[in-house]
Amino acid sequence: MNPRRKKRLFIIAASISFLGAATGLMLYGLSQNIDLFYTPSEILQGKDLGNGKIGAKPQIGQRLRIGGMVVEGSVVRSEHNLDVSFRLTDTGPEVTVKYTGILPDLFREGQGIVAQGILISADTIEATEVLAKHDEEYMPPELAEKMKGIKHVKPEY
Amino acid sequence: MIPELGNFALYIAFALSILLSIFPAIGVRQNNARLMAMAPNLSIGLFVFTLFSFSCLVYAFLTDDFTVVNVAQNSNSALPNQYKFAASFGSHEGSFLLWLLMQSGWLFAVAIMSKGLPVDMRTRILTVLGWVCVGFYAYIIISSNPFERTLPYFPVDGRDLNPLLQDIGMIIHPPLLYMGYVGLSVSFAFAIAALLSGNLDSTWAKWSRPWTAAAWAFLTLGITVGSWWAYSELGWGGWWFWDPVENASFMPWLVATALLHSLAVSEKRNAFKSWTVFLAIAAFSLSLLGTFLVRSGVIVSVHAFASDPERGIFILILLALVIGGSLLLYSLRAGNIKSFGKFSIFSRESMLWGNNVLLIAATMVVLMGTLLPLVHKEIGLGTISIGEPFFNQMFTYLIVPFALLLGIAPLVRWKQDKLNNFVTKPVVVIISSVVLTLLWLKVEFNDINLLAALGTCLAVWVVLFTLLELKQTSKKVSLFKLPLSHYSMSLGHIGLAFVIAGVALTSQYSVERDVKMNTGDSAELRGYQFTFDKIKNIEGPNYDGWAAVISVTKQDKPVATMLAEKRFYPVQRNTMTEAAIDDGFFRDIYISLGERLPDGAWALRLYVKPYVRWIWLGGIIVAFAGGLTLFDRRYRNKNVAKVTAQ
Repeated sequence: MNPRRKKRLFIIAASISFLGAATGLMLYGLSQNIDLFYTPSEILQGKDLGNGKIGAKPQIGQRLRIGGMVVEGSVVRSEHNLDVSFRLTDTGPEVTVKYTGILPDLFREGQGIVAQGILISADTIEATEVLAKHDEEYMPPELAEKMKGIKHVKPEY
Repeated sequence: MIPELGNFALYIAFALSILLSIFPAIGVRQNNARLMAMAPNLSIGLFVFTLFSFSCLVYAFLTDDFTVVNVAQNSNSALPNQYKFAASFGSHEGSFLLWLLMQSGWLFAVAIMSKGLPVDMRTRILTVLGWVCVGFYAYIIISSNPFERTLPYFPVDGRDLNPLLQDIGMIIHPPLLYMGYVGLSVSFAFAIAALLSGNLDSTWAKWSRPWTAAAWAFLTLGITVGSWWAYSELGWGGWWFWDPVENASFMPWLVATALLHSLAVSEKRNAFKSWTVFLAIAAFSLSLLGTFLVRSGVIVSVHAFASDPERGIFILILLALVIGGSLLLYSLRAGNIKSFGKFSIFSRESMLWGNNVLLIAATMVVLMGTLLPLVHKEIGLGTISIGEPFFNQMFTYLIVPFALLLGIAPLVRWKQDKLNNFVTKPVVVIISSVVLTLLWLKVEFNDINLLAALGTCLAVWVVLFTLLELKQTSKKVSLFKLPLSHYSMSLGHIGLAFVIAGVALTSQYSVERDVKMNTGDSAELRGYQFTFDKIKNIEGPNYDGWAAVISVTKQDKPVATMLAEKRFYPVQRNTMTEAAIDDGFFRDIYISLGERLPDGAWALRLYVKPYVRWIWLGGIIVAFAGGLTLFDRRYRNKNVAKVTAQ
């Protein structure tokens, strides 16, 4: 092999092994950081996979995202600190969310929100983050789609 | 009347872009000088009409013309004037007109500043930009016309600009970012023009370099301002969220950075040429992909415009045409590109190759993290989200080799160098970096965090090597005679060091605390004493609300009196947190006012964020360094002409 080809081969081999290592690390990183999205009824009854099949329920201890409407009158605050708990619903079943800290500006009863956290019992989530969007008409798109089967559209006037 | 004029001007600009994309190209084909000479004039016309159109839209906003849908939906008579101006590009339609203004502005700049280029090359470049313009102008006219009317039943007042956007950041961030985004189309046009002509020599890289540097500098500044804005406006104390829209601007930046370095090799060493062309295509394609992601509503993001599938499909077609067409051309022509510069395994070239590989890997990580949720959903596996930890982890892995290489590379000779020359220096530098870092962290925080130490150490490594390199160069050339582009490199690297140190320190040493406070209460955080003095009413031009007055002391010495606000905007019925920030070179104190609790107390979030300003300071230095390249003697018009004459 002439030196030029040899050098090329070296560069290509180095690139490929580097990319391989990078891909491996990336997949490993991904496997640790993917959070599935659930609605309250999916947490309690399992995901509806279509044609009558029901998927597995999330396991206790699993990191996940949940989206739902805050049940009217369900927000309970602690007297002493910033602990708060509320219930989320979509089509009936309710899931309790516990959180410590400041809720977003648009957090209200009856409003759609998304929370990220860990399932600590079959129907309770300890949230690390609660999100609500800066728009009165807003419902998280992930949720709107699941609840109504239609995409949420901004109202015309 | 004025909006109709604006609309009309937009149609004329569209017509001009069609002419620009056809006739000069025929001129090149037939070697017809008259047809080729049309290109610069058409480009100037395109810019003038777009500028006029944009001014009409701004006029409609400033005069509260609520008969225009865009104004009625995004402005309000009580909105302060500077925000009315910002509102003109606050909506999807308006922002796209701003985009076009930038696009035609670049076209204009190329037309008037490329007189030194050979006529056919110049014509080809303008033609390619003309093609891009046809796509964009067609898009705005067909699916997103900003001048639509509400007639005959127009509202008495508008729905107001989203309160989050009522900030100085909104006035400067989008124009800067778009300048960068769109500017990449110029590098793209240079690359395509070169492929079309089949003439890819190092002069091509020389022409393309200042334009790429300019676009890149704008993009850098735009992203930096965006980060600072998110920090000061969103009230969570975060400066980067790995939000899909942020990623959409970060990917072209990463590739453009690779392109900038690869262009240097192409210019100086006549190597890497087909790779450089590929990067130019990739950078622009990613900026289009970003546009698609942001405007089609396929992904969930805090930035999302009202989504409309039709718009998405149009951009997708445009994207397919640009990527497909240019890659086809690339595959047909790239085989003919010969890189003559030879180099050994240990040389500046191979160091820059390492830079490129790492930057592309970083782009892949971001691309994957952004698109995977979309793919996952489309193939029916359910909705997922990919958390920040993924990106943070990957970038921690990538930055280590990147910064190590970056330190050494400027000292390594082109073509070939001896590995033996690089044993003592790195060892000395690494020992001094570690010692300096440990001292720094010990004195400043009295606690050594491993990740923070790693980041700081890398930053010190980069700075020490940059200074070492300048010292070594000064032995050969007087520092006063050193070309500006050399300083631009050194400064850019030092800027990056600031960013790395800022990110490492602020992400590891920031502290936050959520507290429940009544007036008179105090709370402590990292040696600072926060006292809730009182709560007062505030009234702004288009909002009212509460402000918490908090005095901050350290060891009984007053540090600041801060006003954390909770604003209510009646038109949109929106509540918004306006954080109080006491900024400093070494630390920020950041307070956001939460909700009022049922018993009358308030929820507050307190932060102390060390070195957070360094991130933006570094970003500004990097952008400035990019701008500095433009003033290098090599790239002045006269010289380009000389090169061409040779």
